[in-house]
Amino acid sequence: MKKMQQGEAVDETARLIEDWTSVHGRTRDRLLPLLHMLQEEIGSVDDAAIPAIAKALNLSRADVHGVVTFYHDFRRAPAGRHVVKLCRAESCQARGGAAMERAAAERLGVAMGETRRDGQVTLEPVYCLGLCAVGPNALVDGRPVARVDAAMLERIAQEIAA
Amino acid sequence: MTPGQKNKVYVSRDMASVALGADDVARAFEAAGCEVVRTGSRGLFSIEPLVEVESGGARTGFGPVGPDDVAAVLEGSHAARLGDVAALPFFAGQQRFTFARCGIIDPLDPEDYAAHGGWRGLDAARAMAPQAVVDAVKASGLRGRGGAGFPTGIKWQTVLDAPGKPKFIVCNADEGDSGTFADRMLMEGDPFCLIEGMAIAAHAVGAGHGYIYIRSEYPFAIAAMRQAIEISAQRIAPFTLEVRVGAGAYVCGEETALLDSIEGKRGQVRAKPPLPALEGLFGQPTVINNVLSLAAIPFILAQGAEAYAAVGFGRSRGTMPVQLAGNVKHGGLYEIGFGITLGELVNAIGGGTASGRPVRAVQVGGPLGAYFPPSMFDLPFDYEAFAQAGGLIGHAGITVFDDGVDMAHMARFAMEFCAVESCGKCTPCRIGSTRGVEVMDRIIAARDADPAAAEDVGGGLTKALHSRSLARIDNGREAQTALLRDLCDTMKYGSLCALGGFTPYPVLSALDHFPEDFGASAPVKEAAE
Repeated sequence: MKKMQQGEAVDETARLIEDWTSVHGRTRDRLLPLLHMLQEEIGSVDDAAIPAIAKALNLSRADVHGVVTFYHDFRRAPAGRHVVKLCRAESCQARGGAAMERAAAERLGVAMGETRRDGQVTLEPVYCLGLCAVGPNALVDGRPVARVDAAMLERIAQEIAA
Repeated sequence: MTPGQKNKVYVSRDMASVALGADDVARAFEAAGCEVVRTGSRGLFSIEPLVEVESGGARTGFGPVGPDDVAAVLEGSHAARLGDVAALPFFAGQQRFTFARCGIIDPLDPEDYAAHGGWRGLDAARAMAPQAVVDAVKASGLRGRGGAGFPTGIKWQTVLDAPGKPKFIVCNADEGDSGTFADRMLMEGDPFCLIEGMAIAAHAVGAGHGYIYIRSEYPFAIAAMRQAIEISAQRIAPFTLEVRVGAGAYVCGEETALLDSIEGKRGQVRAKPPLPALEGLFGQPTVINNVLSLAAIPFILAQGAEAYAAVGFGRSRGTMPVQLAGNVKHGGLYEIGFGITLGELVNAIGGGTASGRPVRAVQVGGPLGAYFPPSMFDLPFDYEAFAQAGGLIGHAGITVFDDGVDMAHMARFAMEFCAVESCGKCTPCRIGSTRGVEVMDRIIAARDADPAAAEDVGGGLTKALHSRSLARIDNGREAQTALLRDLCDTMKYGSLCALGGFTPYPVLSALDHFPEDFGASAPVKEAAE
């Protein structure tokens, strides 16, 4: 059963790649946009997808693997149902970001850079969201949040629990 | 509110304003029957979410306001009434050349853009020969606003003179430096300005296609630029543009790594030469400029190079959109001619720290910029003056820290950041940054340990260098500090690009200006170069 699901997932990936490349082309410079599309559609770019990507753009699998693993954005495994990105850069640190990072890890019950065991939330570092005068800043499921404090953290935690 | 008459209000759609709740505020005004125009941000975040109510052609500002304040704002009785926003001290002192329209117009309304002086630079440029456009940019004295400060006109001349075809215009919008947000604000608040600048560059050097490489952390800017490109396609034809989205790699802000990233490769730094101007994107002649450099171009062509060069300081001509960030009371964007001092920016304009505690340090120029103590606040904002003081202007972000900061921790963070973001191509950066974190850990451990034990040193550096046994390494503070300086020297002169090469700036400036945080009692004599 599990095997069949995996096979279906690979087929789905291959179909997505085929549809996309028939519109956007198969040149090498399409690799990053293609990876962004896959991550958007299926949540990650895992090892099973790499042969199909390599074939579509006429690249070696090693080459595609090298690109996928170079960029922080591309996930090798799906994230949790909610993703909280917390800024770790200097401007947020100057506004108490380090303490908020510890508090977030504790309140959400997940270490920085990890997905919680129940799959409900992933906590990730981000280095600057460009909101540097109103930190500490976070991106909660893509929504920007400024001046993260204990009360805001509580609201985020409740949003994630729901 | 008068029945039948719709109130017109302006609310920012800038990512920072939205992070502070501007969307809820805009919805509340819409629900109350107002016509809401979403603008970019004026650039002062202590008054965001800002609402400006139009009446009789004038706008009255209120901020910060929340969604429950609609009635009080429309009555004009709200306590946070600011009056004419442009007359506030934060704005009255600015010289807005590049950001003249930001916060005022609807960013995606081409008529609004044209009504506020848009496209005049492009029309002027297209009436001129390409060489004349390049000459105008040279005469303006504009230098690359991404940080390196290289004269933009000379770069364009090289591309104009290069024989190959096709040529490309690439905009570096991978604004990864903490404490900077001017590129983001411009792309969200006045995207046509950047498009116009790129179209002028294309005319000047003979390019047909351009790329805007935007970091993935800026979803609002990506959306705004894509829409603006679609809307203005006819206006800039035959020149065409597309947005490419980064993928979380800081090093792609380095121009050659950025080019490799557009080509679909790992974002690794290329060795120079060849210069990107001669062999850039896909091996073709390429203009690669920062957002702020390209966005300064329409003003230069519309108002004349002399008008731009008339302000400034020494060899730094024109204006710089300075970004006040971190623990600062009035943070935001402050565009002003070069020459203003660091102290004026931090204290007079920024109002000191947000926490109300004394300013202890400011970092200028992002994670690769130096830390300066308040004793150096008379430093004028000028490329040469900053270089002489052992720092850099970079992208002109100023991150303010209060007296709670541990400078040894910040030095460690600089090394840690370099280790996380290193592209791995050159050894000093890839290995040096990791060794740097380890050395900083030993220095911090020695500092925090029993002071008597920590002073037990002697011949440490020699021992460390020749020892293969961890137990024999001198973990004393002085030995490790000497090792840190040595390592910084290797990184500075041995790295391929500014990531490894400039990481020593924050580390050594912290060590030189704040030796007490590294466990030393007096400033170390040997100064950073």
